[in-house]
Amino acid sequence: MKLKGAQILCESLIREGVEVIFGFPGGAVLPLYDTLPQYPKLRHILVRHEQGAAHAADGYARATGKAGVCFATSGPGATNLVTGIANAHLDSVPMVAVTGQVARPFIGKDAFQEIDITGITVPITKHNYLVTKADDLAAIVKEAFYLAQTGRPGPVLIDIPKDVFDEQANFTYPTRVDIPGYEPRIEGHPLQIKKAAKLINEAKWPVILTGRGVIISRAYAELKELAEKAQIPVIHTLLGISSFPGSHVLSLGMLGMHGAACANLAIDEADLIIAIGMRFDDRATANVSRFATRAQIIHIDIDPAEIGKNVKTVVPIVGDARTVLSALNKHVEARSRVEWIRRIEELRRLHPSTQIRETDELLPQYVIRQIFEVTEGKATIVTGVGQNQMWAAQYYCYDRPNSFISSGGLGTMGFELPAAIGVKVGRPDETVWMVAGDGGFQMTVQELATMVQENLAVKMAIMNNGYLGMVRQWQQLFYGRRYVATPLLGPDFVKLADAYGIPAVRVVSKTEVIPAIRRAMDTPGPFLIDFRIEPEENVYPMVAPGAAIAEIMEAPPCEQAPLGGK
Amino acid sequence: MTTMKHTLTMLVQDKPGLLNRVTSMIRRRNFNIDSIAVGASAVEGFSRMVLVVDGATTAVEQVRKQLDKIIGVVKITDITDSDVVARELALVKVEASPETRSEIIQLTNIFRGNMLDVTPDSIIIEVTGDEDKVNAMIELLKGFGVIEVARTGRVAMTRGVLGPLKKPGQEKPKAKRIKKAASRKEEPPVS
Repeated sequence: MKLKGAQILCESLIREGVEVIFGFPGGAVLPLYDTLPQYPKLRHILVRHEQGAAHAADGYARATGKAGVCFATSGPGATNLVTGIANAHLDSVPMVAVTGQVARPFIGKDAFQEIDITGITVPITKHNYLVTKADDLAAIVKEAFYLAQTGRPGPVLIDIPKDVFDEQANFTYPTRVDIPGYEPRIEGHPLQIKKAAKLINEAKWPVILTGRGVIISRAYAELKELAEKAQIPVIHTLLGISSFPGSHVLSLGMLGMHGAACANLAIDEADLIIAIGMRFDDRATANVSRFATRAQIIHIDIDPAEIGKNVKTVVPIVGDARTVLSALNKHVEARSRVEWIRRIEELRRLHPSTQIRETDELLPQYVIRQIFEVTEGKATIVTGVGQNQMWAAQYYCYDRPNSFISSGGLGTMGFELPAAIGVKVGRPDETVWMVAGDGGFQMTVQELATMVQENLAVKMAIMNNGYLGMVRQWQQLFYGRRYVATPLLGPDFVKLADAYGIPAVRVVSKTEVIPAIRRAMDTPGPFLIDFRIEPEENVYPMVAPGAAIAEIMEAPPCEQAPLGGK
Repeated sequence: MTTMKHTLTMLVQDKPGLLNRVTSMIRRRNFNIDSIAVGASAVEGFSRMVLVVDGATTAVEQVRKQLDKIIGVVKITDITDSDVVARELALVKVEASPETRSEIIQLTNIFRGNMLDVTPDSIIIEVTGDEDKVNAMIELLKGFGVIEVARTGRVAMTRGVLGPLKKPGQEKPKAKRIKKAASRKEEPPVS
């Protein structure tokens, strides 16, 4: 069957099960957009800025587990995707980004809107392609989806010159891919698994550390089995939130810079760490040279390069979390670990990190807790980056798998709004709440129009403190309270929402919180709440940069000395 | 980290931009390399790269694993501890007057070098050997005035019939076998 390049792309996308594309047209992709109406199965969502397309595809991918797809034109369209692609790369999110390129005769001539996007994205993609002829296109799309979705997932970019979209070629969609040297290991090595089981069976104070890898491989049941059978407390990273039920008696919460004190202290006391699908990021380990000094580490990850990168591992297991865990569970013996569980309960009692102080002030922690109460914990929460993200991580209890969506590795402010759009597209029947700061929200606020145009019922909570809050917190704690460039003038968010046709309400006192959230839930379509929270509220607990994981500030430093440590 | 210089050999797909992917990874992860040599391999469509990494400044195992992740890198092996043959080629342009010329020719012969070009004022010498020999030659020639040096960097391979793509009992490696041979299922995962 002879087809044009643009048709080949669309046919291939359909064969890969693509239903939604987030994109923004332009000169180099005109032939592609001209072809789209022939394929009504492909729903195109027009964003207002290409960064929004990449983040929306990212959110969609995290929500569905399928590769998110975004389109952009050459030059500025492609460079605007870069932040979103990098974000997906660092958080191992499957994504296929398609960019237009100037026509082949113009490549290398600095033509209008020409940029070397494959060169730019080498370090932030799993792989990328410049298509040089329509004949190659189907095989490249097949490979791109295969790479994006297998092994450690990640973004793949396909750069297609304008004249390739118009070029005729024979279309047959390949049934298999052959990429020499690419063979992700799924099964863990049986010997290593046995070694790990032995360590687990012998350990007195083991903890499990989970990351996004558990969510990617949907290893929820296997993880639960391991934890319950061997009575091992479970601690998660930021992106590991909702890999294990937050209300489970064995769940200790998040570790790291703003982790629960009891989680950090448990890691410090542990004799064995079973790390699953996480990569010992510096925000998770704090001072890595003093991380878990009493513990041996079992590291399960699908990416062999993560093993031994940041911490020394006693038993490395390369493989898919779910496959490895189900094999591991066969060798792990049931234990009660009464002493250790008692100690864990004691730590939890002594360090109740997520208590909200009694006050009439409008505290962000209280707001998040009420969103939890009103949604009965059934919402998917999409956050920005900074204080709002940490509060959302700490004060909402995530019992449903994969219900927390956030930019972890790159820490991209502005992720929240477009990502929430993608999540809502992927989960139309679920309640989706976006939690933003007033800073990050203004970075991609233009996507409100996208939300309205597509009638996506995203509920939005802005934690408005008039500051770039997390930076201000650091300035307060480590830079002598010199608030440089952090006081932030925002628009009237209620009026702004109104301008987009989105109902909105401002909340200035504690008593208005619950009614406002209820109203948001009862109002069909999108809804925005501008919470005027306590301006100088900080995120605690906190491990100062350079400090060890057990050196925790549980409250402002003037009120309480750091505890733990050696 | 070890203080040793490590030799990594890579089999890579001969595709545009592959060298860029490799060097980009080396740069962004702040790996320190002494040399990189690229050329055709025995298998059509695949190139061979040889990389020398300073174990004193760089975690060699991380280099190996990160490079192995690049799509298009088929196989990468640290052959430092294997029985290997390693060579480097250097071209040295040295000042030569009628008075010094014969001495330079003598030196070149001792090192089994070749003279590629002779002008009234200079000689270009080709020398092949391991790095120590090449360094020694260049060091000696410095006394005469070295104008220019071009070195290939180390190329290396293991001795015997086994190659990165060949296992005992296997015939000549063919491109279609590459995928199979490159899988490392037999080895336990290493840290």
